[in-house]
Amino acid sequence: MADGDIKEGKGVGARLIRKEDDRYMRGRGQYIADIKLPGMVEVAFHRSPLAHARLRGVTIPEEHRGSVFTAADMVGVKPMRAVSGLPGFKPSEQPAIVTEKVRHVGEPVAICFAEGRAEAEDIAASLIVDWEELPAVSDMLKGREPGAPLLHEHWGDNIFLESFVDGDIESIAKDAAIKVTREIRTARQCMAPIEGRGVVAWWDNRLNQLTLYSACQMPHIIRTGLCGCLGLDHAQVRIIAPDVGGGFGYKGILLAEEVACGWLAMKIGRPVRWIEDRREALTAAANCREHHYFITGYAAADGTLLALEAEATVDSGAYSAYPFSACLEAAQVASILPGPYDFKAYRCRTYSVATNKCPILPYRGVARTGVCLAMELILDGIAVEAGIEPYEVRLKALVPPEKMPFDNITKKHFDSGDYPECLKRAVAAIDVPAVRARQKRGEPDGRLIGLGMSIFCEQGSHGTSVYAGWGIPMVPGHEQAQARMTPDGGLEIRVGVQSHGQGLETTLAQVANEVLGIDPAKIQVVHGDTGMTPYSTGTWGSRCMVMAGGAVATACKELGKRLGRIGAKLLQTDVANVKIGNGEVVGPSGSVSIAEIARVWYLRPQDLPADVDPGGIEVTAGYKPQRDSGTFSYAAHAVVVAVDPVTGGVEILDYVVVEDGGVLVNPMIVDGQVYGGVAQGIGTALLEEMPFDAAGQPLASTLADYLLPGSTDVPSIRILHMETPSPYTEFGQKGIGESGAIGPPAAIVNAINDAIRPLGAEINQVPATPRRVVEAIAAAARAKKVA
Amino acid sequence: MKPGPFDYARPATVERAAALLAGSGFAKLLSGGQSLGPMLNLRLARPDLLVDLTHIASLKEIRETKDFLEIGACVTHANIEDGLVPDCTNGMLPSVASNIAYRAVRNRGTIGGSLSHADPAADWVSTLTVLDAEIVIRGAKGQRRVPMANYMLGTFEVALEEGEFLEAVRVPRFSKSARWGYYKFCRKAGEFAEAIGAVVRDPERGVCRAVMGATHSTPILVADATALIGQGFDAAAAGALLDRHEITDAYERQLHVEALRRATVQAGA
Repeated sequence: MADGDIKEGKGVGARLIRKEDDRYMRGRGQYIADIKLPGMVEVAFHRSPLAHARLRGVTIPEEHRGSVFTAADMVGVKPMRAVSGLPGFKPSEQPAIVTEKVRHVGEPVAICFAEGRAEAEDIAASLIVDWEELPAVSDMLKGREPGAPLLHEHWGDNIFLESFVDGDIESIAKDAAIKVTREIRTARQCMAPIEGRGVVAWWDNRLNQLTLYSACQMPHIIRTGLCGCLGLDHAQVRIIAPDVGGGFGYKGILLAEEVACGWLAMKIGRPVRWIEDRREALTAAANCREHHYFITGYAAADGTLLALEAEATVDSGAYSAYPFSACLEAAQVASILPGPYDFKAYRCRTYSVATNKCPILPYRGVARTGVCLAMELILDGIAVEAGIEPYEVRLKALVPPEKMPFDNITKKHFDSGDYPECLKRAVAAIDVPAVRARQKRGEPDGRLIGLGMSIFCEQGSHGTSVYAGWGIPMVPGHEQAQARMTPDGGLEIRVGVQSHGQGLETTLAQVANEVLGIDPAKIQVVHGDTGMTPYSTGTWGSRCMVMAGGAVATACKELGKRLGRIGAKLLQTDVANVKIGNGEVVGPSGSVSIAEIARVWYLRPQDLPADVDPGGIEVTAGYKPQRDSGTFSYAAHAVVVAVDPVTGGVEILDYVVVEDGGVLVNPMIVDGQVYGGVAQGIGTALLEEMPFDAAGQPLASTLADYLLPGSTDVPSIRILHMETPSPYTEFGQKGIGESGAIGPPAAIVNAINDAIRPLGAEINQVPATPRRVVEAIAAAARAKKVA
Repeated sequence: MKPGPFDYARPATVERAAALLAGSGFAKLLSGGQSLGPMLNLRLARPDLLVDLTHIASLKEIRETKDFLEIGACVTHANIEDGLVPDCTNGMLPSVASNIAYRAVRNRGTIGGSLSHADPAADWVSTLTVLDAEIVIRGAKGQRRVPMANYMLGTFEVALEEGEFLEAVRVPRFSKSARWGYYKFCRKAGEFAEAIGAVVRDPERGVCRAVMGATHSTPILVADATALIGQGFDAAAAGALLDRHEITDAYERQLHVEALRRATVQAGA
């Protein structure tokens, strides 16, 4: 096979069919719920029915003593703590099992076990708990007010952190012809991977080790966190994330259930298993995304964006969750609200507020989904005032390619790209003139057509300097990977990140193939097991392809050198004369395959000269990009909707994504990431919402109430790619995993507003439910009457 | 989310089922289990005994006369959707069936189960009300029949006495010229309806009926809807009906009126 064929066929850039799909498609994946160990018991938790209350006591029926444990039994177990180094941050202590006070519905009060889950639930239901109910904080804005009930009394208020970025707004504002102010809200959401969370824990007497299987995204971080809570050495804990059915951030957290199940396994000396059910996922686990903005954009008369001023509040929930903390979301808001735009002045104040709700976690896109909505709604407002097309306002403000790399107003370092070109391609693909003509014609069924757009950039793979600044328990450093040959010429790649849908078993094999030319079919990617992989912060922040991809390339290059040195000996030539690639070491007068080198090294060392390099053919290498400030992929989303002004129903008629993720390692997998992300973004835009009543009760406790997008709600999405390499990464690749989920709420709400604007109506909240659309139209009609 | 303990019985005859129901303890009937299953798992239903009706052959039977079609309680939505049940409604029954929830639900869910559960948002509740169907009830003492309009008493509440269960439904046969309309509004495909409008116009039989369904209780039936829909759709009259049923939320009112208007248009009125 010619060199070019292999490269095109299986290396970086190939649309290689996913290796892992062979087992997934045949139903042979091994998830937590597939693990059954001899003597294993099933766990159910008795959970708090109240959002805020003091625990006075738990009565365990006589017949269930020994099958139920409370915090009183868990002597020495430490609470989970995720601090932030940001000045003024107030830490919280989250007990695995409630000690004195419960701060959200669903907190575990007792851990119960039985031979089967149903029996364990029977036991959990038999406990009698004595509560002293306290007034609850169920709204973040009310939680900020003086006199609000306090979650953590010693704080004196409910503010985890207040932050402030200042700029000279006043000098711009006094001359700005256009001023657009909005109040914008995003709903509290529940992440909903198909597989929920789950834990299997058992104590291995031979190894003196707790082995804990968990459906998680970051096994090494869970290990470190768990060691801290349980007082164990790292050598005493092994975390295995087997096949994991989706994460999205939901599984990037140390769980109370992991701590409690780990403790229980040690206590009773039997394997224990807890499988999260959907009600627990909706009402007792981490939430995400709830933001509130007061935001003002200033622009010149021609629509040129000049300044932005915002006050943002993030509902952080009851505790600072490990490891991302209660403040990552708001810290992100303040730093990324300016989006891909260049303008003169910026001011932003943010509040991370403690409420009697589940803690928040970063969800795919983290704060970007909310800030993109806020920013893009303001830009559409400016377009209306300036009397020009919304895309024209954006073209005036986007950072132009000639300024790249570019340090924006919050010192984000945009690595590369042509943002205006991206938007122009979206404008062309959605065919703006055709949509405007259709709008003018009107629809026979009375529905209103709307066109909406959003454009954003996504900082991914950000590293040490960024996270050290936030000072949370987890700061990524050099990403490590291990590359080792097997005696039969196979290559094992061991990485500390975890693949839970990203296709890393394929893409990391493609990277290794790119360097060494070994067929991906002979490359095994090992991940998700602290006992088998180098330490890593795991899979989050769109980092794997840049960080683990870079680490695999680095390890493979070093492995290649070592293979070259051995190969040169076998070819009886100097190492300077050999090249590696295409699966072999080539010398001036012959070649030897990598497989043969491995075979000789392991099985026929007698064939090697005494002065052979003793380093071996197993390499662990660390990697950082040339800059660790992150890659900036970016995308423009354009959507056409039909809004039924009577029912408030919204149908998506067309959806275009123009995406630039740098060099794509596997474009087919990237397409899949974008499709999935857009589906989730549609959920954020139109469907998903976890409401709470004034007492802090979550009101959507089943999927009949918490609506997720289904196949019929997701249109066929047209994806166009640009590939501007990052100047800082191994192959020019950028992080792309979250991108699809960021743009839809802004684009869809802008499209709805474009449709209902002739009625004088506007919506500034997601999800844009039929009720909200109808009420916005009705409010506009009332306003007209009054006028 | 696992159910609490219960006993389980699977009788082969309606008589045996009636006897089991008459026994001691709290018994629930299981048919397709598409509502009861989740309720058991959520422990909202805590029966002592589940009586599974799906192995009673007579409950899956279809009977036709010149006046009506009788559908056994355990006939699935999918069977009606797929035309395995003859149609006497000029396409209304299969059309409604084909839009109930998702196919997976329709494969198991049954017409009798849906009507016994009596969720106001369920399609059969509104449909059989507008069709003026009759409910055939079986008890220890034998059979009795009540009109659908008298069968559902409220949310999750039906006119079944202790030990009785729904055996079949009788749907009156449309005349050839009859027209129907059915519109439901859901947040997304497969979800429970937020509003249902249903209309049957069959002048040959002297029938002009309209229903506003998916309310907070029983569907609002207009048994003689000539004034409401006879001369075009009278939105004010529809609004007055909602007043009478104390439906005050402006959004809900708008949906209910619009659903009925769209059903009326579909029925050619």
